Amino acid sequence: MKQPNTVPSSELMLRETASQTAGPYVHIGLALDVAGLPEREEEIWNQLAKPEAEGEHIEVVGTVIDGNGDLVRDALIEAWQANAKGEYQPEFDLQKPFNSFGRTATTASGDSEWTLHTIKPGAVTRSDGKVMAPHINLAIFARGINIHLQTRLYFEDETRANAVCPVLNAIESPVRRQTLIAKREEADGKIRYRLNIRLQGEGETVFFDF
Amino acid sequence: MQDDNKRFVERDRNWHPPAYAPRYKTSVARSPRQSLVSLQKPSVSELTGPDFRHLRMGAHDNDLLLNFRENPALEGQAGLPIGERMIMFGRVVDQFGKPVPHTLVEMWQANAGGRYRHKKDSYLAPLDPNFGGVGRCLTDEQGWYRFRTIKPGPYPWPNDMNSWRPAHIHVSVIGPSISTRLITQMYFEGDPLIPICPIVQTINDPDAVETMIGRLDMSRSNPMDCLAYRFDLVVRGELQTYFENQ
Ligand SMILES: [Fe+3]
Repeated sequence: MKQPNTVPSSELMLRETASQTAGPYVHIGLALDVAGLPEREEEIWNQLAKPEAEGEHIEVVGTVIDGNGDLVRDALIEAWQANAKGEYQPEFDLQKPFNSFGRTATTASGDSEWTLHTIKPGAVTRSDGKVMAPHINLAIFARGINIHLQTRLYFEDETRANAVCPVLNAIESPVRRQTLIAKREEADGKIRYRLNIRLQGEGETVFFDF
Repeated sequence: MQDDNKRFVERDRNWHPPAYAPRYKTSVARSPRQSLVSLQKPSVSELTGPDFRHLRMGAHDNDLLLNFRENPALEGQAGLPIGERMIMFGRVVDQFGKPVPHTLVEMWQANAGGRYRHKKDSYLAPLDPNFGGVGRCLTDEQGWYRFRTIKPGPYPWPNDMNSWRPAHIHVSVIGPSISTRLITQMYFEGDPLIPICPIVQTINDPDAVETMIGRLDMSRSNPMDCLAYRFDLVVRGELQTYFENQ
């Protein structure tokens, strides 16, 4: 069937709908509280793990910084990660102790940090048997970003796993690999990992195509 | 393993807008300068994604005519938003035309005057006390989704000396995997602001712009009630690669 607003790329295939920026008001749709809108019955937000979730409970925080070194204060970030055993939990259900998916946003005021309340994911084994170091997949949406940027967050204290991770090693420059490694901090009895995402210029974060 | 024998059609980065599109000025400082690193072998991390069938939704989450009231005491016509009533509907399919069932479609928009209900929007058009501007729903078994809303107005924004956004609805779709994740905007067929919008024009291929046009569909409009616009979403096609690991 020919779709009215789609263009086939060949006899057999339709073309993907083109991407557009999420714009400055993305929060209205995907982060209602940040926009100042009342929340609905259930919202997808930044608590991936409830206190009873299995695993090491951590906070993951960071900023998003543009090519001028300024804070990006209107970014929305989506996270996708495995549980403590290294398994993804596709079935999103806020009744469960852990969900693999979450959303967060940088704030308009103050230090403009994004935050995830989660557990440290386990290492994930690929179908070829190679083991990927524990990581969180991140997608960044914002005004001025025409198609979302995809990256990964790794953990500083997983030195050995990071050293043999096939994805980290696919990044040619060892210096650039460091842009994905979150620093461990301990504050107010919490374990916190920090990763600042640099969209452009010095220390530019590695972004993936897949 | 969860990712065995699965792959998605490669995303055509020349079809989508480039990160750096200087006519859209904000993209200049927010676009990476380095190349994307291509994952030659996508893994379970990229090939899976969230399934929202258990997300509890409100009765009017896909009905923007009814899902927001500044004054909840208002009922019936007294509580309806101002503007052209419309249905936005369509199908989520993959590049092979296969429906994508039970996937989350989210949308947000300005009101009829072009004003967003957002802390940071200070455009002089007034807020509508009966319009929030957000909707969400899951596609059905055949990939269909549907919203009821009012047609958003165009609005000015600081880019060139006099830049206006064509009327548009922001649309977000998840699809079967984080690889199919997509955020776009639906424009309205025939809008003269489309060809002069710096954000639309971040896209180089006019055929790609066509994929973002909602079409008037009289057959789905309700007489004496509302017009209907059809907007199909195409996400990356899923390939089975039976021989890869054998
Ligand atoms: Fe907009």
